[in-house]
Amino acid sequence: MTIDWNAFTPWHALAGGAVIGIAAAMFLLLNGRIAGISGVLGGLLKPVRGDIAWRAAFIAGLVGAPLLYALVTELTRPQIDAGYAALVGAGLLVGIGTRYGSGCTSGHGVCGISRLSPRSLVATAAFMAAGFVTVYIARHLIGA
Amino acid sequence: MAALFALLAGAVFGIGLIVSGMANPAKVLGFLDLAGDWDPSLAFVMAGAIGVGVLAFAFARRRTVSLLGLKMRMPTNTALDRRLLGGSLLFGIGWGIAGFCPGPALVALGMGEQKALVFVAAMLLGMGLFELFEMRSKPLPNARA
Repeated sequence: MTIDWNAFTPWHALAGGAVIGIAAAMFLLLNGRIAGISGVLGGLLKPVRGDIAWRAAFIAGLVGAPLLYALVTELTRPQIDAGYAALVGAGLLVGIGTRYGSGCTSGHGVCGISRLSPRSLVATAAFMAAGFVTVYIARHLIGA
Repeated sequence: MAALFALLAGAVFGIGLIVSGMANPAKVLGFLDLAGDWDPSLAFVMAGAIGVGVLAFAFARRRTVSLLGLKMRMPTNTALDRRLLGGSLLFGIGWGIAGFCPGPALVALGMGEQKALVFVAAMLLGMGLFELFEMRSKPLPNARA
């Protein structure tokens, strides 16, 4: 392992992470809910009366965030290297996996670990490990 | 009122993702590539978010209603089962392929990225398939004896 010092941005990462934590805290303390993005989004596919507006609003806030950010400072485009076929496969896996596993990086990784949930610790360890192995295979076994 | 605050929370969450660099799949993959040139940033994002989160959840622990007077809805499932593990592993594989998890994909969609649109469409299809499998595997309540 070698650390990529040029790519490593510890202060932006910590600050951005704290902002994510603040958002999760707001959603918890005001709305009384876990800010788990896969759960909020997935719940829209099986709509329950009275449960649609806040879900749609949270997702709209996420999608609209770049617009707000661009009002203040310049937005750099994300670098998406995956091809279209890979994106479709990855999207399907993320969609199915997060719903069976009841959460993603936000619900399990941020909120679940913050509330010391054993389920979320297991889920986070599992998806992190799977992510590490997948990238290892893709970049160093297949891509080598 | 709840929807307004949800909109705000979503926007703040998205801004945090942009500031942290996590809306950029290349940066996420840089973290997941332990054997290559490793970018530890994602671990610092988690540390920042959990640092704030721990305080919020500790404060909320004994509350039964939120500051807006809404019922606190915390997860009640504690099972460490195959669904949790299998689902999380599938999610991790997808995450490792594209570098997108649900939040950053939605933010990148808001940046007008066509590839993010393709990913989000596939992700919604996957979530829809989950609902379909769930309906098939569970008999309707009134069909039960």
